[in-house]
Amino acid sequence: MTAQLAVFLVLAAMAVTGAVSLILQKHPIHSALSLIVVMISLAGLYLLLGAEFVAAVQIIVYGGAIMVLFVFVIMLLNAGIEEHTSISKMAGAPGLLLVVALAGFVAATIARSTENIQATSQTGELASTLGISNMLFKDFVYPFELTSFLILVAVLGATVLAQREKS
Amino acid sequence: MVPTNYYVILSAILFGLGMFAFIFKRNIITIFMSIELMLNAVNLAFVAFSQALGKLDGQVFVLFVIVVAAAEAAVGLGIIILIARSRQTLNVERVNLLKL
Repeated sequence: MTAQLAVFLVLAAMAVTGAVSLILQKHPIHSALSLIVVMISLAGLYLLLGAEFVAAVQIIVYGGAIMVLFVFVIMLLNAGIEEHTSISKMAGAPGLLLVVALAGFVAATIARSTENIQATSQTGELASTLGISNMLFKDFVYPFELTSFLILVAVLGATVLAQREKS
Repeated sequence: MVPTNYYVILSAILFGLGMFAFIFKRNIITIFMSIELMLNAVNLAFVAFSQALGKLDGQVFVLFVIVVAAAEAAVGLGIIILIARSRQTLNVERVNLLKL
């Protein structure tokens, strides 16, 4: 077992534990903290994959901005412990079935395409951030500009939605 | 070098857990968080395949996904605040105005 594989296993275990904890926790603020654990370990996995820029963006945007927004809203609305009725407990069984079906489907697909994926997996070591900026501002410049409109519309929409009605 | 398969399997596990949380949880904020978990799982698959193929397209797509997720979080949390204000609850079962 190489050092990289060991690091991967530790980070993967952290991510899965965080995701399970998100489901098991009753209070939304605990779920939010579990989700932060998942995001930080995913940032570590991106580093392991040689995607430094994506790892930095993951921590700044996901771990920072989005999760602060979530925690802020949880505190603003004073969210309490969630309550489960008998019907919502029943939803767990078909949900579990669906998830197992999905996992089986994905595992079968991966198992069939093993050679194809592994054949080219030795071509890392790209100048990652330089390459990303080249693609982002040359090949993907129109989608990139469109995202600024998306952000603008989202800001306007959130402001309009969250303001109090004038009475 | 960690095989790409491991990353894809981890991504599938995280996506499945996010989907289960989406179905099982009853607090609207937690449901929203499980959507973010699913987006993260997809991002991991994108980056893993980007590295496996030696191309950077996947990482650029991840940046776009993160932008869309940020916009979605802003609008979605605005809607959640509205629901909490008008229905006085965060439980999705109490939001049943369209139910017969």
